[in-house]
Amino acid sequence: MSGIGSVIIRSEGGEGSGGESFHAPGPADFDLPAIGGGHDTFSMFGQDFVAGVTKPMLQIVLAGVLVFVFFYLASRKRAMVPGKLQFVGEEAYGFARNSLGRDIIGSHDFARFVPYLFTLFFFILLNNLFATIPFIQFPTFSRSGMVYGLALLSWVIYNAVGIRKHGFLGYLKLQCVPSGIGGPMLLLLVPLEFMSNILVRPVTLALRLFCNMFAGHLLLILFALGGEYLIVEMGGAYAPVGVLAWVLFALVAFLEILIQFLQAYVFVLLNAMYIQGALADEH
Amino acid sequence: MQTQLVPLAAGELNPLLPHTVEIVLSLVVFGILFFAVSKFVAPKFEEIYTERTKAIEGGLAAAETKQAEADAKLAELEKQLADARHEAARIREEAREQGAQIVAEMREQAQTEAARIVDHGKAQIEAERQQAVTSLRAEVGTLATTLAGRIVGESLDDDERQSRVVERFLADLEAGTPGSGVN
Repeated sequence: MSGIGSVIIRSEGGEGSGGESFHAPGPADFDLPAIGGGHDTFSMFGQDFVAGVTKPMLQIVLAGVLVFVFFYLASRKRAMVPGKLQFVGEEAYGFARNSLGRDIIGSHDFARFVPYLFTLFFFILLNNLFATIPFIQFPTFSRSGMVYGLALLSWVIYNAVGIRKHGFLGYLKLQCVPSGIGGPMLLLLVPLEFMSNILVRPVTLALRLFCNMFAGHLLLILFALGGEYLIVEMGGAYAPVGVLAWVLFALVAFLEILIQFLQAYVFVLLNAMYIQGALADEH
Repeated sequence: MQTQLVPLAAGELNPLLPHTVEIVLSLVVFGILFFAVSKFVAPKFEEIYTERTKAIEGGLAAAETKQAEADAKLAELEKQLADARHEAARIREEAREQGAQIVAEMREQAQTEAARIVDHGKAQIEAERQQAVTSLRAEVGTLATTLAGRIVGESLDDDERQSRVVERFLADLEAGTPGSGVN
């Protein structure tokens, strides 16, 4: 982490001597101040946190409200021949229901998980898209705490589903003891399976989403601020490089939209697969 | 040439360490959204799906029934048409037979009639001929007697004799041996 925290800038003789040196963006750029200008902090895990309502907190509430309002309006009429809004709503619901739910979990059990998967997908998707939407432009899930909550929930859900179906020991056996293997190999495999299926899953689930959002946003800040610095502070021969940085900013921003969608999809897809694995009779 | 090492303004932040409020907040917001969606949104979408599936299946079933009915009706009509054709052929055949019979009868009748007319004609002719022969014979006798009487000057007033001569003459005439007569 310390590598991100500092950067070396070489500046030639007289040029840019009047300007400030370049501050590379880092984790501090994600530590947004409290809205309303409060400066209170609280300390936890040996780190100071802002005490107060911050922008990502508002965003996550806004996302919840928007997702509900949109789909509520889309589903309200229940027309046999759908209008535009209802059509979009039905397509979105059908996507989550069929490709994330039914195709992964299987047509026998999927129905009761559809609301969860559907909500989760569009909730994450909208929060990710906030990174691109003008005037918001901050990915909610670049705050690790936001992701940990959802990853924890996923972990609780798929384990609970498995334990409910197979019983506690039966579920542990299902997840940790590979079928068709016996003898001393089990001594090696059982801990590994336990690690990968029970312990590591929520961590990778959280880190995948968080790191993608974090790194993508960091990259965009770097291109934006770096380009600005090259043009405004250094100028001269550096200006075209700054323009190039801005062009790259635009291109990467489009790539980010794809990543925002993919990460939401992968998060929910893995949720569905974990649930399917927990429900499986044999694996 | 200058080299600057710029540390971050704040102390070293570890972005992996979570803001506890955010953990709770994300769970609360997601939880509320989940309950709202599963109560107000998902059932409605499922309902639409079910209704639409039902409507489509119902429509298909109705269409199938209609199709079956139409098929039955068509078969019935075709059967009726075939019957009618058969009937027509039968009637035509009958008419033809009747016609032929009528023609044959008429022909027979005509032939009978013709034969009757011919026979009738023949009989009439025969009768007339007989009549003519009888009257001719009488006349010829008288004429011949008168003539012969004149020529011969012989009295032929004796009726009996006269009659005998004439009869003989005529008999000779009929036998085809003229000349052996009275003279």
